[in-house]
Amino acid sequence: MQIDWLAIAPEIVVAVTILGVLAADLVLPRPLKYWTATLAVVGLTLAVVPLILMAASSVETRSLFEGSYVVDDFALVLKGLFLIAGYLVVLMSVSYIESDRYYQGEYYLLLLSSVLGSLVIASARDLIVLFIGVELTTGPLFMLAGWRKGDIRSNEASLKFFILGVLSTAILLWGMAMLYGVSGEVRFDQIRSALADPSPAAQPLVGLAILFVLVGFAFKVSAVPFHFWAPDTYEGAPTPVTAYLSVSSKAAGFVALFVTVYVALRDRVDIWGPGLWALAALSMTIGNLAALRQSNIVRLLAYSSIAQAGFMLVPFAAASVAGEQLAEGLAATVVYLVIYALMNLGAFAVVIQGARRTGTGDIDGWAGLGRIDPRLGVLAAVFFFSLAGIPPLAGWFAKFVMFRAAIAAGSAAATSLAVIAAINAVIALYYYARVAKVVWFDEAPAGAEPATEPPAASLALTLGIAAVATVVVGVFPAVFAVFGEATRVLLASG
Amino acid sequence: MFETGWGLSLIVFLPLVGGLVALAIPKDNEALLKRWSLLVALVTFLLSLWAVASFDFGAAHTFQFEADLPWIPAIGAGYHIGVDGISLPLLVLSTLVVLLAIVYSWEHWEEPRNPKAFLILILILATGMNGTFVALDLVLFFIFFEVVLLPMYFMIGIWGDKKVMRIPGFAREIETRLYAAIKFFLFTLFGSAFMLLGFLALYFASGDVLGERTFDIPTLIAAGLETAPGGLTATAAWLIFGAMFLGFAVKVPMWPLHTWLPDAHTAAPTVGSVLLAAILLKLGSYGFIRIALPILPEQAQVWAPAIAVLAVIGIIYGSLACLAQTDMKRLIAFSSVGHMGFVMLGIATLTDIGLNASIIGMVAHGLITGLLFFLAGSMSHRYHTREMARLGGNLKLMPVIGGILAFTAMASLGLPGLAGFWGEFMALLGAYNPLPGLDLGLFRTAMVLGAIGTVLTAGYMLYMLQKVNLGEPSEEWSGHTFHDADRYELAAWVPLIVLIVVIGFWPKLVFGATTDAVVSLVDTAWGGASETAAAIVTTLGG
Repeated sequence: MQIDWLAIAPEIVVAVTILGVLAADLVLPRPLKYWTATLAVVGLTLAVVPLILMAASSVETRSLFEGSYVVDDFALVLKGLFLIAGYLVVLMSVSYIESDRYYQGEYYLLLLSSVLGSLVIASARDLIVLFIGVELTTGPLFMLAGWRKGDIRSNEASLKFFILGVLSTAILLWGMAMLYGVSGEVRFDQIRSALADPSPAAQPLVGLAILFVLVGFAFKVSAVPFHFWAPDTYEGAPTPVTAYLSVSSKAAGFVALFVTVYVALRDRVDIWGPGLWALAALSMTIGNLAALRQSNIVRLLAYSSIAQAGFMLVPFAAASVAGEQLAEGLAATVVYLVIYALMNLGAFAVVIQGARRTGTGDIDGWAGLGRIDPRLGVLAAVFFFSLAGIPPLAGWFAKFVMFRAAIAAGSAAATSLAVIAAINAVIALYYYARVAKVVWFDEAPAGAEPATEPPAASLALTLGIAAVATVVVGVFPAVFAVFGEATRVLLASG
Repeated sequence: MFETGWGLSLIVFLPLVGGLVALAIPKDNEALLKRWSLLVALVTFLLSLWAVASFDFGAAHTFQFEADLPWIPAIGAGYHIGVDGISLPLLVLSTLVVLLAIVYSWEHWEEPRNPKAFLILILILATGMNGTFVALDLVLFFIFFEVVLLPMYFMIGIWGDKKVMRIPGFAREIETRLYAAIKFFLFTLFGSAFMLLGFLALYFASGDVLGERTFDIPTLIAAGLETAPGGLTATAAWLIFGAMFLGFAVKVPMWPLHTWLPDAHTAAPTVGSVLLAAILLKLGSYGFIRIALPILPEQAQVWAPAIAVLAVIGIIYGSLACLAQTDMKRLIAFSSVGHMGFVMLGIATLTDIGLNASIIGMVAHGLITGLLFFLAGSMSHRYHTREMARLGGNLKLMPVIGGILAFTAMASLGLPGLAGFWGEFMALLGAYNPLPGLDLGLFRTAMVLGAIGTVLTAGYMLYMLQKVNLGEPSEEWSGHTFHDADRYELAAWVPLIVLIVVIGFWPKLVFGATTDAVVSLVDTAWGGASETAAAIVTTLGG
């Protein structure tokens, strides 16, 4: 069998890095353990190189293992996203993890394993490969969520995440088994052709299978009403892990969901389309309303990320219920996903640094932070208003493509989803603006001195990258729409 | 320079670049910060005058100084800018008011000071405002329309009124600035979210008509989306107009979407109130004239009666609300609701005379109410109160400020010979004879009620003057010596006073630019302006 090594080079590089980190962790003395972080950063950077080579090459689609593993533009864009997000999370983690002084090596080992899983998901076109990817992504996170062993909340975070994660895996696997049962195939394209004309007796089973798959993934992306684990887990987990959960692992869940329904189940859009519509509408609304009441900044971001997941689903869900423009809808969702990743990672980096400055995660405890540390205050405003979708920050373009796709779909159901999204965009502004209000409008506690020490270099780098990206994408979204185009071309062929 | 298309871009982005440069100036070097911002605003203003000088008034109905570059090709949004006779006066008004705002702030910093941040916010605001008036692409318009939100939010929230108030309907107490800032932001975003949906629907409709989707405003106007084969159904067009209506009407603001305005204007720092009243409100009414009416002329006819009714309610309601105010600044804020009601009434007539009235009304309101907010700010700076019951005898205590206040109040109530007269008078005139096909009875009733509104306006303005300006100083102030208007205040106010008088006597200064553009707009949209209206405009506008 001919193997296109370039196509799986990113995965190989990350896998080798994992082994390297493991080995380094064994031999390095404790004071030098931070080298494992350096190794992880280098590995993730190197893994981008083959992606660029593939993007530049004239080969559009690389299909491996009889079509079970496909690297096309869609996969390239998402792999790029996963690697960059992983890179930023590692940078965010360095000073955070170092201060705990234990198990640094294992931390990066687990994080890299999760990144590897998400790389696999982007290319999986087969039930088994997809399932392995999903498990490799979430498995390490159960442990990472409980990283702060001495903290009972961290333990709770890990346990809740684990139990509901396993439950969702079981449901997902059940759905996949039924899909295999009715179609007799594991490869997506073959499932699709098998399902095109199922016997009438199998019809109920197809519906049930799709329902289970949908519910399984809805847990992974913490869409309402399957979101209950998210706020507690987010709050208890170490903040960089929360950032990873809310960006990479959520994105990976979305990608898995999209690949499955779009490639394997496209002809049964009549079944899953309304399901996505309901998930989108509920996630936006419930997530936003719950976020209004939060007093802890991480919980606020947890509910915000639930609401954002709803926004992300809007284009694809609108296209699905309308039954047309599916590729456009998916492209818009991917654009939203990428922009969301950048600005949300930035917001979490602000949370880490803000918690360090103020010593608290309570929103009200951040009063007057803008006077104490103006730069951090400006960055907080940038990321939170970008999440709210206020021009000229990147978030506006995400919202714009979302509305555009929803209106393009054209049916009444799609338009009503756009209206629900519009109302939710206004509700969301309230709690995002509240952060800016506390930071800038409220008085600093008496005796607060202007901050002098700069943030840790690695964290400052994260903040800088995310801020520049947020502003540049907001002003010149054209640099970005390229990704959307890539997705469209790609999926049109898939 | 303007012919190449670069001039307008410079007017739009120079303030932003100036603001970014100001970021690099140390916070302590206030003198340099002030001089730098003043220089930037002055150059921007002079550039806009240069634009006026290079403008071809013979072809005021066409877009001039255009630039049309690709911006976000993937979604068909272009960087298309240009001015015509409608936007030119508003652009100049915007650059002028920003300049005067910076002059005024020279010695007037509200707590917690921080001139650096304040000046940078003003400059960012300027880019948003200038950009909105020159944008000829719906996405570009939307971006500029929204860019003003963040600076204004921070301006109100940081420098605004720190008095504690009770939130209506809730038992919670909160500082006025915090309540007003978020209310302003939420209301505007609510409107503009729907406006964006409307824009997108126009975009897709243009694809059905033209074969190629576009956000380009002139192209959309020419496309005739309502009448062309494959165009919008009446229901779809009705919904789209409604969505845009929400966005613009919140900004104007029209009754009953106006409730953010009294709070925001009262709570904002003086310069913030001036910019809000003088420019930001106009973004909404300008949106109607630039986008909603010409792109969907048939729906404009369907919506016109509703707009007229809401406008008249705004006029009467705003005036009555003024009579109930005890706070001078809040009174001026409510007067804006009434004045913008006249602007909207003019728009609702869909005639050249009505649209002309609305544009000159916008300019006059910008000058007059801007000046009133300056005065209210300077007075509360000296008296440390805005309660009219405690003020009195201002004319004796501060003859210059008192005199200017009397003058401006007269202008505001629409005294003939001053700028405020034309907008009200011609809006009523337009309502007497609206576009053929519109309900004549309704518009004439609107005219009568609007005329009653002018009487009420006179009533509350005179009431304010009597309370604040006339009589003997109350015991609280007698014996106090107040320093009258200082040179920075006068430098900011005199240009406004001069313009109010000049436009009052010589409205051609505005009509000369607008008439051509408005007549052409009405002609294209509804075919044939009414003869009498054109004649009147010609007489007035020469």
